[in-house]
Formats: sequence, C-alpha cells, structure tokens
Amino acid sequence: MINGEETEFLADSRDSLLDALRERIGLTGAKEGCNNGNCGACAVIMDGRLVNSCCVLAAEVENCDITTIEGVATQDGLHPLQQAFLEEAALQCGICTPGFIMSSKALLEQNPDPSEHDIRFWLSGNLCRCTGYDKIIRAVQSAATKMRG
Amino acid sequence: MQDVRYAKASSVDEAIDLLNKGGVTARVLAGGTDIIVQARERRREVRLFVDIKSIPETQELKYDADGGLTVGAATPCYRIYNDENVKRLYPALIEAASVIGGVAIQGRASLGGNLCNSGPAADSVPAMIVLDGKATIAGPNGRRSVAIEDFNTGPGRNILEPGEFVVSLNFPSPAPNSGAAWQRFIPRNEMDIAVVNAGSYVRFDGNNVSAAKIAIGAVGPTVLMVPDAAAAIVGKPLTDETIKAAGEAAKNTARPIDDMRGTIKQRKHLSAVLVERTLREAAQRARGG
Repeated sequence: MINGEETEFLADSRDSLLDALRERIGLTGAKEGCNNGNCGACAVIMDGRLVNSCCVLAAEVENCDITTIEGVATQDGLHPLQQAFLEEAALQCGICTPGFIMSSKALLEQNPDPSEHDIRFWLSGNLCRCTGYDKIIRAVQSAATKMRG
Repeated sequence: MQDVRYAKASSVDEAIDLLNKGGVTARVLAGGTDIIVQARERRREVRLFVDIKSIPETQELKYDADGGLTVGAATPCYRIYNDENVKRLYPALIEAASVIGGVAIQGRASLGGNLCNSGPAADSVPAMIVLDGKATIAGPNGRRSVAIEDFNTGPGRNILEPGEFVVSLNFPSPAPNSGAAWQRFIPRNEMDIAVVNAGSYVRFDGNNVSAAKIAIGAVGPTVLMVPDAAAAIVGKPLTDETIKAAGEAAKNTARPIDDMRGTIKQRKHLSAVLVERTLREAAQRARGG
C-alpha cells in the first residue's frame, strides 16, 4: 500500500525504495539529498515507522504500508504541518521540506506535545541548508498546538 | 548500486544456506542502514543481500531473570529503547541505542548490524561489551556463542566464518549492586559519529568495587578493553583518586588516529573524561540512584 492505495510495481533488485518511488511509481515528493542516510530528504513512513527510503531496498517493501509526502494532504486541504510550514515560512528552496514534514508527522503522532528540545532532537536526522532551523521548529510547534485543538 | 540480488530468508537454515552458497560477496541485510549505503558507494563488494528480518529469532526482544535479555540481531533500535525491561535494567543500552543515527535510522538499524558492521566507532559496542554481551552465531557447523569483546578483529572485520551470521545477542541479568553507563563525545548535539565513546560497568561489595569492566571506542581499530582501568578501581572504594586513575589508564590504552573528527591528543583526553564520567554514572546506578 502506498498512500492508502494498493500499488504494484516491478523493481530492479538494486533499486532503493527511493529509486522505486521516484523512477518507477512517479512519486517524486521524496527527495534524494545525500543518498546515504544522513540528510532525511527521502524520509517516508513505512509500517508506522519513519525511515530513510534511500536506506531501504525496494524489494523489501512487499506488503508494507508506506506513506509519502503525497499522502499527507487530504481532500479537505493541507495537513496542519504543511499549513504551518507555509505560514511560518519554514522553507526556502524546499528540497528538505518533504522529509521534514514526514519526520515531524511521525513525531506528532507519537508525541502530540513535544518540547523544543524534543523537536530539535527528533529532527536531527533532517538537514536544511537554508532556514537555520528556527522557522521549522516554530512551524512544528504551531502545528502541534493546532492539532491538539 | 552494483549489480546485486536480493533474497529473503525465512529460517536460520535458509539464511545459512544462502550465505554459504553466496560466498564472501553475500552479505546479511538487517536494517540496511550501513550495508545498503556501502553497496551503493562500492565500499564493499556485495552480490547478494540475504534479508534476515523475517526470521522470528532475529526479531526477539525478551527478558527473564534467569536467561537475561535476548535481543534478536535485527531488532531495530526503537524497539530496544522503548522496551520497559531494557529501560529498567539496561540503561547503558538505551543510552547507546537512542543516539545511533537519527530517528529514521533507528526505525531500522539494529544492534546486530552495529556489531557486524565492525566499525571502530560503533556506538552500541562498548555498552554491549561492559554488559557482558554474547553473540549467538549460527553457521554451517551449528551454533556458537562468542563474547562481544572478542567479536571484531579490525575495521570492517570480525570473526564470522563463511556462511555464519549473528542471530541474537544475550546479556546476563544485572548482578545486585551493579550498574553500567555509556557516553560519547560528538561536536554536534546529536546525529554524528563518535569522536570517542565509552562504557563502564561496576559492581560493589559493601563499599569496595568488586568487579569492573571498561571499554572505549573510536580510539583504536576495534573497541578497546581497558583492564588497567578496572584494575585501578577493583578491591577499593570508588573515590575521586581511583576514578582519576581509571581515566588515566584509559588515556594510556587509547591508540587513536588523527582524522577529521578529532586529533590523537583530543581523543586521548576524551577517553579519560568519558571513562571517569561513565564510572561515576555507573556507580550511582549500582547504588540505586
């Protein structure tokens, strides 16, 4: 399942999940940054856990449930995190943004009221070279507040 | 990535068979956070990935007072640091498992993988050594158990024979009046490779230290045991002086290299600092604090 849809695809045994998403399935939201597990731009949620899709083989995901950035917004509009990233100007070039949103989403699902330290520690696996992080942290805090209602 | 095949093993025997037939270019795939990158960057020749994650034994995480803690080799870090028994009884393991990479790495990376990757700076290894960890290895000639301190032989090298792989790790139940701790130094606050890391274990008999084990990482080709540090504290009360002597022993045992992460001088200094700090923490835990 990818973003709630049964998806069938053929992959080369050397493809990473990121390769398969981008090249075979046409979901180009997850980005290739470092391609070695450091930058988090390719982060997706796999069976409920945040993973770097560059460090997963496509062959491993048979029967797995995967959520990518394309599956985050709904018919009703943007996810509160996406909205908050816009409102807080938490992106400039945008390459790291899908990874930050996926990672933040995974955080808020398990900790709806994280401290600033919790957010910074959790997001340490996502690198941004534009914003200096402060705006991203504020966006996550703002989305968390909104999501708690 | 190099031309590589993928096979999912559903039993220990099937994995052994695949690894044996695949020869030296067949590699175990657990969380893949090291081996997939190494294959892609051609730092290791890999022709076959043998995925062991579907073998139930590699996913175990169980504790009982007699058998201690058993951690399947492919059990991801997040399950380890969220486990109530591990939190209560093996805090040194939590300290290491919760800072290996970031959250997205910890969703997949395992202690078995950290051990078998045989990196000199592997964060979990000093912790596993001072906790008296043993690796259960399965291979064409049956099973054997090897102390984690004897497992790695050099950077990227270990004692595994062709066809063998680590199935699980076992840690004895903590003895009464004992404690262990692990720390590392990195220039960032998180998500970095250790400049130095260290694990310490102490046990008390009354006021005196009755047993100790100390290991330091990233300061040699493998994680180094520091028997001189243990000797400096065993049989006496743990005081500022004996702790300092243990740190000094670590400094003298360390044989680091200069590289982009740190200098020899800095790493030797850090070896002493981290051994002193982990000893104090371990002692506090041993006394119930």
